[in-house]
Amino acid sequence: MATEPTGATEAAGMPQLEFSTFPNQIFWLVITLVVIYFVLSRIALPRISAVLAERQGTITNDIAAAEDLKQKAVDAEEAYNKALIDARAEANEIVESAKAEIKADLNKAIAVADAEIAAKSAESEKVIAGIRDSAADSAAEVARDIAKDIVAAVSPGKIDARSVTAAVNAKLKG
Amino acid sequence: MADEAKGAEEGGLVFQPMDQFIVKPLIGDGPVGMFTITNVTLWMALCVLCIIGLLVLGTSRRAIVPSRTQSVAELAYGFIYKMVEDVSGKDGVRYFPYIMTLFMFIVFSNFLGLLPMAFTTTSHIAVTAVLAMGVFLTVTILGFVKHGFGFLSVFWISSAPLVLRPVLALIEVISYFVRPLSHSIRLAGNMMAGHAVIKVFAAFAAVLAISPFSILAITAIYALEVLVSFIQAYVFAILTCVYLKDALHPHH
Repeated sequence: MATEPTGATEAAGMPQLEFSTFPNQIFWLVITLVVIYFVLSRIALPRISAVLAERQGTITNDIAAAEDLKQKAVDAEEAYNKALIDARAEANEIVESAKAEIKADLNKAIAVADAEIAAKSAESEKVIAGIRDSAADSAAEVARDIAKDIVAAVSPGKIDARSVTAAVNAKLKG
Repeated sequence: MADEAKGAEEGGLVFQPMDQFIVKPLIGDGPVGMFTITNVTLWMALCVLCIIGLLVLGTSRRAIVPSRTQSVAELAYGFIYKMVEDVSGKDGVRYFPYIMTLFMFIVFSNFLGLLPMAFTTTSHIAVTAVLAMGVFLTVTILGFVKHGFGFLSVFWISSAPLVLRPVLALIEVISYFVRPLSHSIRLAGNMMAGHAVIKVFAAFAAVLAISPFSILAITAIYALEVLVSFIQAYVFAILTCVYLKDALHPHH
């Protein structure tokens, strides 16, 4: 600048109006703009718009997928509840039928047992009756024997054994 | 350097707020020809590199869950895309790369210009005028190609009373041709003014008594400039969309 005094004084006014520099500025400006335009329209803008579109697509897909999964979850829950209700009903049914079956079995068993008990008690009664009879017979026998012995001791050889027995029998019956 | 030395010798404050805008060759001191590699070249190249870094390298992984850089790139894309769609309509989306180019170039040039010692390409009327004329010519040609002479109905406001229509048409024509001028000067003016003001305050910082105030002021204006850098890029882009809408749908 010091070596160009005229340029410096002019520039001190307004460098913007230094018309000699206009071609230079315009030349470089046009080159700059053309470069920027090509960089933007060929590389940058398509790329950014692709990225934005891709992101939009991803978001849309994700939302759809989420919606889908949510629907699936709801369906699954419904199926689960239905299964639960079914299972509960089935269980109740099984319980009912088991109960009825057990009752039937029980009744049958009770009947069988009752019959058995009746039979056994009848048998026992018979046995008891038998025992009672034999006990009475034994007692009669013992009475006869003792009577014979007593009679023999009191008046030996005078009384017939048969008449003693008959007397005892008559006494026992009476 | 030489200027500052000269100023110091004179013993006063060094006010060279416009020095930062001088277009000079990057290597050596020769004249600035059309193809000379100048600071304009350097900062425009940096701008291109930043855009590539953000929009190409930043998105190179094409992640579904974006990294920070990719998020910013997508944010910028979405921001401009929505703006084009909202303002210009569905058929304006075809011109989205064009508007994105303008926006990215302006926003990065503005932000890069805020770096200390940087050169702000968008503070030059030559640059913004080319941008604005580009928009103006594109939109005008597009209008005539799409609608033929029907495009002229953009000046003929059919909703206004018949008596007023010629007057309104005149105003509309004037405003239409003033568009590129306001479009370009708005951007360049904002950039230039902000940077010049920062430089003026920076010069005051050399005076001990007022330097704290000066540094505070620089900080405040710097913050404002960050805002302005973005807003101007946004305004440029949205006005382009509005003009585009006029070309695509001239019948209001």
